[in-house]
Amino acid sequence: MSGSVERGDHGVAVRVERCAKTFADGTRALEPVTLAIAQGETVVLLGPSGCGKTTLLRTIAGLETPDPGGRILFNDADVTAVPIERRNVGMVFQSYALFPNMDVADNIGYGLKIRRVGDKERRERIAELVALTGIGGLEHRRIDQLSGGQRQRVALARAIAIRPSVLLLDEPLTALDAALRERLRGELNRLLRALGITAIYVTHDQSEAMALGDRVVVMRKGAIAQVGTPREIYFAPANRFVAEFVGIANIIEAYCKGGVLEWPGGALSLANGATNGPVLAMIRPESIRIVAAEGARLAGQVESVSFVGDRQRASINGAAPKSLAVDVPNSIAVKVGDRVGLAVDPTAICLLPGDAA
Amino acid sequence: MAKRTIFVAQLAFTLTVAAFLIVPAVLSMLAGVTANYFAGVRSGLTLQWVVEVWQLYSETIFRSVLVALATLAVTLFCGVPAAYALHLRGGRLARLVEEVITLPLAIPGLALALAILLTYGGYAGFRRSWLFILVGHAIFTLPFMVRSVMAVLAASDVKTLDEGAASLGASPWQRFRDVIVPNARPGILAGSLMVVTLSLGEFNLTLMLHTPLTKTLPVGLADSYASMRLEVASAYTLVFFIMIIPLLISMQVFAGHRGAPGRSRR
Repeated sequence: MSGSVERGDHGVAVRVERCAKTFADGTRALEPVTLAIAQGETVVLLGPSGCGKTTLLRTIAGLETPDPGGRILFNDADVTAVPIERRNVGMVFQSYALFPNMDVADNIGYGLKIRRVGDKERRERIAELVALTGIGGLEHRRIDQLSGGQRQRVALARAIAIRPSVLLLDEPLTALDAALRERLRGELNRLLRALGITAIYVTHDQSEAMALGDRVVVMRKGAIAQVGTPREIYFAPANRFVAEFVGIANIIEAYCKGGVLEWPGGALSLANGATNGPVLAMIRPESIRIVAAEGARLAGQVESVSFVGDRQRASINGAAPKSLAVDVPNSIAVKVGDRVGLAVDPTAICLLPGDAA
Repeated sequence: MAKRTIFVAQLAFTLTVAAFLIVPAVLSMLAGVTANYFAGVRSGLTLQWVVEVWQLYSETIFRSVLVALATLAVTLFCGVPAAYALHLRGGRLARLVEEVITLPLAIPGLALALAILLTYGGYAGFRRSWLFILVGHAIFTLPFMVRSVMAVLAASDVKTLDEGAASLGASPWQRFRDVIVPNARPGILAGSLMVVTLSLGEFNLTLMLHTPLTKTLPVGLADSYASMRLEVASAYTLVFFIMIIPLLISMQVFAGHRGAPGRSRR
């Protein structure tokens, strides 16, 4: 996605106030949710299917009406009762929703046509967006002649053509294969930064959320489990659900005495030496280093090793009360049965609230 | 050897069944151009009867075409938006409405006609005009239009297309015009041909609803069987075939394109 990037207005700030959604059949899709999104910010709604992330997005879009009491505000204007066609939102659907009866250029220009933008200006704008999204030469193709990646770009171009107040993306990369998804994720990231527009992005893929979001909203069972930057979400998860949903986590119930975890294979020090009592400790696999078994404070035995390309993932037992997943660089040779020492930086051990799971 | 015997037996059976169905049609059409049916084809072939039918009944033919096109207009005007609304809304109520619309198919045409007569027969001007027949035909053919359009809408995720157009600022009417109708076109075409064909051939309802001055083609056919020479009635059948067969063929052609909206080039 190259070409000149236009810097128009950067959209609006979006506020969601106590928005709940109960469907006609009684299903509670959304508990009362409150969320503030700054102008120009990219926020990712992340969660497993059925967590309410798409319902929240559709409520912001105006495709669903929140239960009474909920409000949606675009820059301080209450838009709760405004239908989607007057909210000026750009929306990219998972299935793209491109019009099969129109060619690529007509799809991109449809919103402009509805806004009665003149022919000349419309053509210029379409050309600009075609260049921006890298789909030059496809302007007069029919939609069924495009590949998945090309469709995704057309859908994006069509959504930003109208200079939306907020760009809403509902799992826009899910329908693509892995390699293409990776590449388009990068392009999308650059484009969102360049446009600087307020964007809300729904996905169930945590790596997408990490890569794209200024902030990530992790959702679970219709409620927000945590809001934070990708780093906060990853390194300081608010509870067990977030820790397990985002990346791989070793979560161990342990007893702490004087800031030290006493385990079968040795001991681990916490950053806070005054911690006492039962704790729920979370350690990421890449935070655990393999060291020589002799003289190590914590040691265990290699239970299994699998090669995952850029590194190895080992499972170590005998160290903690249960097996630990550990990332091992390819430069260190480990094999099943080896006795290894483990070292963990005290700041990499995160204590989770006990009962949040 | 056994395989071959089975094949021959199957072929013979198929041909017999086909002949059983086709021969009467051919005989009927042949009778329409035979000088004297009772003397057989030896009496010579003639277009005399066809001409006679045209002179006696051309008016009913034009009226039938008028009724069919008017029925088409009504079903397009009511049926396509109805299909769109029912598809978007979904749920139990939509299914109920769909069933109600389909009900006239299950009720004997005579009963429907009787109901229409009981309710509206008192308005003499209405009763005497061809519009009275139009009402019956519209009720009878509407489900075919609605179902045909709904089938195409269901096949092509029109709901998301509608939401996409809405997000771009299109009003419900603009969405209907720019997105729904073009993408439902195969269903609309198939439904239209079905409606026209059914209306042209409709007899049950029309027999009850017509007046001597508002006969349609099939009613005229019954009339000619009852009161004319057999050759005239047969010639009438011939005329009917000539009108209806091209419609049936185009219906098949369009049915072949069904489920592939947007395939045809603009």
